[in-house]
Amino acid sequence: MSHKDSSQTTPPKRRGPMGGGHPGMGAMLPSEKAGDFKGTLRRLLSTLRPHRAVIIIIFVLAIFSTAFTILAPKVLARAFDIIGDAVIMRFATGSGDLDYTSLLRILLIVAGIYLFSAFFNWLTHYTMAGVSQKVSFSMRQDIDKKLAKLPLSFYDKTPRGEILSRVSNDMDNIAMTLQQGLTQLISSITMIIGILIMMLTISPLLTLISVVTLPLAALLTARIAKHSQKQFSRLWETTGTLNGHIEEMFTGHQVVTIFNRQNKAAAFFEVENEKLYRSSYKAHFISGIVMPAMNVLNNLGYVILCVVGGIRMVNGQMSIGDITAFITYSKQFTMPITQTSSILNTMQSTIASAERVYNLLDEQEETSDAPASDFPEKTRGEIEFIDVDFSYLPDEPLISNMNLHVSPGQTVAIVGPTGAGKTTLVNLLLRFYDIQSGAILLDGIDIRRYPRDVLRSYFGMVLQDTWLFSGSIRDNLMYGVGDHVSEIPDETAMISAAKAAYVNHFVKTLPDGYDTILSDQATSLSQGQKQLLTIARSFLANPSILILDEATSSVDTRTELLIQKAMSKLSFGRTSFVIAHRLSTIKDADTILVMNEGKIVEQGNHETLLAAKGFYHDLYHSQFRSELDEAI
Amino acid sequence: MQKLLKYYKPYIPLLLLMLFFLIVQSLSDLFLPDLNADIINNGVLKSDIPYIWRTGLIMLVVTILLAISSITIGYLSARSSMAFGRDLRTALFDKVQSMSQGEMDNIGTPSLITRTTNDVQQVQQGSLMFFRMMISAPIMMVGGIIMAIRQDAPLSLSIVFILPIMLLLIFFLAKSALPLFKQVQTRTDRLNLVVREKLSGIRVIRAFVKTAYEEARFQSANADLTKISLSVHRLMALLMPTLMLIMNISSIFIYWFGAKRIDSGEMPLGNMAAFLSYIMLILFSLMMASMMFVMLPRAFASAERIRQVLDVEPSITDVDTTDTAIGDFNRLEFKNVSFKYPGAEEPVLENISFSALPGKVTAILGSTGCGKSTLIQLIPRFYDVSSGSVEINGVDIRKLRLTRLREYIGYVPQRAFLFRGSIAENLRYGKEDATETEMWEALRTSQSEDFIHAMPEGIHAPITQGGSNVSGGQRQRLAIARALVKNPSIYIFDDSFSALDYKTDSRLRHALSEKTITSAVLIVAQRVSTVLNADQIIVLEKGQIVGKGTHTDLMESCEVYREIVYSQVTKEEVG
Ligand SMILES: Nc1ncnc2c1ncn2[C@@H]1O[C@H](COP(=O)(O)OP(=O)(O)OP(=O)(O)O)[C@@H](O)[C@H]1O
Ligand SMILES: Nc1ncnc2c1ncn2[C@@H]1O[C@H](COP(=O)(O)OP(=O)(O)OP(=O)(O)O)[C@@H](O)[C@H]1O
Ligand SMILES: [Mg+2]
Ligand SMILES: [Mg+2]
Repeated sequence: MSHKDSSQTTPPKRRGPMGGGHPGMGAMLPSEKAGDFKGTLRRLLSTLRPHRAVIIIIFVLAIFSTAFTILAPKVLARAFDIIGDAVIMRFATGSGDLDYTSLLRILLIVAGIYLFSAFFNWLTHYTMAGVSQKVSFSMRQDIDKKLAKLPLSFYDKTPRGEILSRVSNDMDNIAMTLQQGLTQLISSITMIIGILIMMLTISPLLTLISVVTLPLAALLTARIAKHSQKQFSRLWETTGTLNGHIEEMFTGHQVVTIFNRQNKAAAFFEVENEKLYRSSYKAHFISGIVMPAMNVLNNLGYVILCVVGGIRMVNGQMSIGDITAFITYSKQFTMPITQTSSILNTMQSTIASAERVYNLLDEQEETSDAPASDFPEKTRGEIEFIDVDFSYLPDEPLISNMNLHVSPGQTVAIVGPTGAGKTTLVNLLLRFYDIQSGAILLDGIDIRRYPRDVLRSYFGMVLQDTWLFSGSIRDNLMYGVGDHVSEIPDETAMISAAKAAYVNHFVKTLPDGYDTILSDQATSLSQGQKQLLTIARSFLANPSILILDEATSSVDTRTELLIQKAMSKLSFGRTSFVIAHRLSTIKDADTILVMNEGKIVEQGNHETLLAAKGFYHDLYHSQFRSELDEAI
Repeated sequence: MQKLLKYYKPYIPLLLLMLFFLIVQSLSDLFLPDLNADIINNGVLKSDIPYIWRTGLIMLVVTILLAISSITIGYLSARSSMAFGRDLRTALFDKVQSMSQGEMDNIGTPSLITRTTNDVQQVQQGSLMFFRMMISAPIMMVGGIIMAIRQDAPLSLSIVFILPIMLLLIFFLAKSALPLFKQVQTRTDRLNLVVREKLSGIRVIRAFVKTAYEEARFQSANADLTKISLSVHRLMALLMPTLMLIMNISSIFIYWFGAKRIDSGEMPLGNMAAFLSYIMLILFSLMMASMMFVMLPRAFASAERIRQVLDVEPSITDVDTTDTAIGDFNRLEFKNVSFKYPGAEEPVLENISFSALPGKVTAILGSTGCGKSTLIQLIPRFYDVSSGSVEINGVDIRKLRLTRLREYIGYVPQRAFLFRGSIAENLRYGKEDATETEMWEALRTSQSEDFIHAMPEGIHAPITQGGSNVSGGQRQRLAIARALVKNPSIYIFDDSFSALDYKTDSRLRHALSEKTITSAVLIVAQRVSTVLNADQIIVLEKGQIVGKGTHTDLMESCEVYREIVYSQVTKEEVG
């Protein structure tokens, strides 16, 4: 079969989306070490623990339902006897009436039994649906809670589609087996036990013979499971990779098309898709072997049973009735066994998914938060950097030995060439990343002693990357209002913030105004308009400390001038950090920090810095003199 | 669903082979109970041990035959269903790639992602179950009915009553489940959307301390999904027990009527047991089939969602191309172009006419939201003009093959977007076979050389998703380098210098001017210094051109332009 050899040609190494791949990037989450089957299973089962009581009820219900199912044939056999008696009577005596009343009575009893059995069966499924959905609900919640605790570096390195796949595809898979597998497993097990008891009452020896195939069945199941497990974990892993690729390509759709890279994107997709195809059909094929293989085994057992039974009957050790009954039971016995084995096999798929989910849940979290003691709702806004060292990557120092003092209410402008570390400074203030040594103090207290949420709630900011979420413009504006703000701004406050940020005038032209729903990534707004929205959002937030990281970089300069007024009004009396390349916007700052290569190279106000004829002087003149002078 | 059936076409031979084995399987399945009965009636009861051995052997042979066919079916069904799924995914991916941004937004990226993976998964799973279970059901049923009639024809009439009831039940359940399953998928979309936004907006979420809010958002999406899944599973919980009940009650009726027939001597006693076992066989196979019914409505719901995507007719296509060889680029021209976004009331651009020539720089200036990005997005045909035309070398771009058209263009989007991979891999987006020298050249021009040098791995340094591990200005310069590597005839810079400091900006433009001697350069910008030396400046205001000319011309003639200049330079500085 051709698939075998070609599967070996696909490189085992995970590759980057563009086909090049490089070390370190592929191993986003440790999903390769699949294998701790038992541990994962135990963990999965432990998620059922809160539902213990219900599961016990389900067990009881299943036992009832099974008991009735086993009971019915017994009673029904009596009906058969009645009919048979009549026939034999008639055969023997020439006359004999069928006892319709007792027949009817028995049939009614059986009908009742079936009714009960069905009812309990339904009840088990119904209850199980509740349990399995609750479990998958809380597992998803766990993922979400985990996401909130992961450091930003995790988000940098993990493909979004990969996480998405865990939340939707893997969880979906788990929910499915929880729902179907568990009930079947429970009823199969009760069935096995029930029938075993019935068989034991008839003939312990024959029972022994019927269970002789059980270890064989177990062995077979284990063997098959081992193979399918590998394929299933590959299946879900590839699904994740593929999802990551799809997510990224769909997100970067415009760039992909403009560079005519559809074919390249499709080529990588093909490779992963082919892998997915391979592992899925193999996994499904292998787990599909279980049933037929068990069938062979069962029939083998059946024949042996018949032989031994026949011999025992010849020897007069067993009656005909017992043998027929026994054989009927042994037939019934095989069904739940086959089912159990088949469920155990689909479990492989569940475990593979669960393992991926647990890998995510086991990711290294941010350092734990300081305990929440009563911090004030506002802060004075005094900030101090003491000997701060920081680097994103261990061996590439970025900020070293930085010292800085900002008095409350000061407006600090940060300027410097790109890559100087301006945004990094903001990242550190907000504790998106933790510094390696030194300390950052807010109002004299180390920022690591604030719970992150409290610390961040003091800040309001416009980040360099505009981000809006899908929802109405109104909701996006109100997003700035922190959760623990006591008074929620009203409509007028919102509109006045919108006016100040020049949002109002374009929102007015939209048919639905502030209720206009933005799609994900807000593609129907211009880049500048999105930025204006983020500015309005920070106006509404009314923070103690304001951070504007190139807040107006995409806004035209006439509008910028108009917003500037609102901005200075907002920053009046509160500590603010303004990062900007257009130096005109920061001229009035109390202090200007000039950064280069992670260091503060100059510090002072506009006049003193110009007079110093240093770095700032250069920057300033590259903006104004060189070209404008000649031109005008 | 029908529309998706065509994706089975390549696998018809596999399916036919499978059908053959299905028939073998069903026949063996039907044969086994007979052997079972024989072994008891003629062997065990008559204590004929050799007979037991013999029949047992036949039974084993049949079982093995059964196993072989089942395993083959398992293989063929897995192969064809998964191949079907794979082909569907490819079709979906290709379809989405051929869509325009607007068409993607109509469905929504998160939903498109769900559809390409999760929905396909449902469909292929449904297909697998269908092949494994559903097809054998009718075969078994027909076989069972024939056998049952052989035992007692009049009593077989009971099937006429039982079957419709069962089918009706299945039909009814499937019908009520279908819309629910559709809901399950749309709510999965919603969950995906929330999570995806959570991942992309993580900095904002944390900065604004919105974690709790986002958690609530997730929780409500999660709860919605759970609720609908719960109701669908509770509905499905009805299926098995009711089917079992119908089956069992039927057997009771058969006992009753059978008894009457035996009583009146119309049927021998022995046939009754056999008859019952066949009826059970029929009903059991039907039940097995219906067990799989849990899968099918879900597969149908997903199939519908997949079909929706495949049915999208991309509006921007190659259909009208004449594929004329138009040779080297010599002119880009906008002729009376107006443009309205689909569904919008007002046009965004009106009567835009200008031309851009090789070696010349055309700058576009205007206030936020005036239509600059829209205008330049018409050139690579991200959108098609509503009226008028955009022409290259005098040929309407709608007549050019899309790939050919886009080969002319080096585009730097307003929001620099980098892909996961190394810097080199990102640069090779511009030119697949770019050499290191070419890449360094582009990096030098885009003023990225220094910071790339500073990285230990150089151009092989990794870039994380979206470019989050480089600074805003660095990202922008890499996006510029990516376009430079391509060495195109038309450069489009959509506000691509906004994150650069002025020094870098001016150095970059100087370096750029040396590289673009034979290319037309279109620059959207906010800074006057960026556009000062442009050969032509177009001033846009509310989608219309209000000024066109050089800096000096416009300083005299264009009020809007003067306003823009004075907003950046105070009067004293100009004077
Ligand atoms: N998440 C990250 N992981 C690794 N390195 C990073 C990360 N973010 C930034 N860097 C690196 O740190 C340096 C400083 O980046 P930063 O974003 O602070 O620059 P910046 O001064 O804000 O520049 P710009 O003006 O371009 O925004 C850059 O060399 C950048 O490549
Ligand atoms: N996909 C879209 N659907 C509907 N309207 C849109 C879409 N994209 C942009 N618009 C609207 O069209 C107008 C022009 O947008 P465009 O992006 O061209 O502006 P711009 O001049 O590039 O602005 P900026 O300087 O902010 O980038 C804006 O009012 C915007 O809201
Ligand atoms: Mg920055
Ligand atoms: Mg724009």
